[in-house]
Amino acid sequence: MATPIEREQVHRLVEGGAQLVEVLPAEAYDKEHIAGAVSIPLESLASAAPQQLSRDRPVVVYCFDPL
Amino acid sequence: MSPRAGSRLETLGFGEVYDYVGGKVDWFGAGLPREGSPPGITRLVDVVERAVPTCSVDERVEDARPRLGQWGACVVVDDQRVVLGVISPEGLPDEDDLQVGEAMQEGPSTVRPHLSARQAAARLDDEGAPWLLVTEADGRLVGLARSEDIRAATG
Repeated sequence: MATPIEREQVHRLVEGGAQLVEVLPAEAYDKEHIAGAVSIPLESLASAAPQQLSRDRPVVVYCFDPL
Repeated sequence: MSPRAGSRLETLGFGEVYDYVGGKVDWFGAGLPREGSPPGITRLVDVVERAVPTCSVDERVEDARPRLGQWGACVVVDDQRVVLGVISPEGLPDEDDLQVGEAMQEGPSTVRPHLSARQAAARLDDEGAPWLLVTEADGRLVGLARSEDIRAATG
């Protein structure tokens, strides 16, 4: 299970080179997303993540809200 | 959704995976940088006034009354800035010896800072209020958003 983190930790990780990924559908990402995040919708994670993300750097995933 | 994504990435061999639990609602509500297709969405966090009058439950009404001026209200908060109530001229008795906690409107209606200006304008219409009280999800005060600023931001 991925480690749950809060906003301040996101800052620190991204500044340290972590990859920020929005896993919502592309339309939601296009409408508005966290600056610097890439879009990899959940349903395409298995095919896209190995191509788009580096295994050598931390990854931070997010969606809309905790609910 | 993000917990599932985090777990899936781990099964794909990604060794260091984190789940930003608050999501973009939390990020936007804090007024942090965002990107998107133009035109951008104006949110309450973009128009909220953070420097608003506050008071505590154990203050005397007499001491809090002068702070009502500009907004016609004073937000009652605890030492963590969690909103407990609101006082306004209409609701205040003439007895200045009362404590704020005895005179305040308990549990006022609040909205979150990530709300779009259009959604906020709809809340104004519902409540007929001159401003909206904006708080974080944990109840901590962000500020007040004026009706005219919200409506101007709907474009």
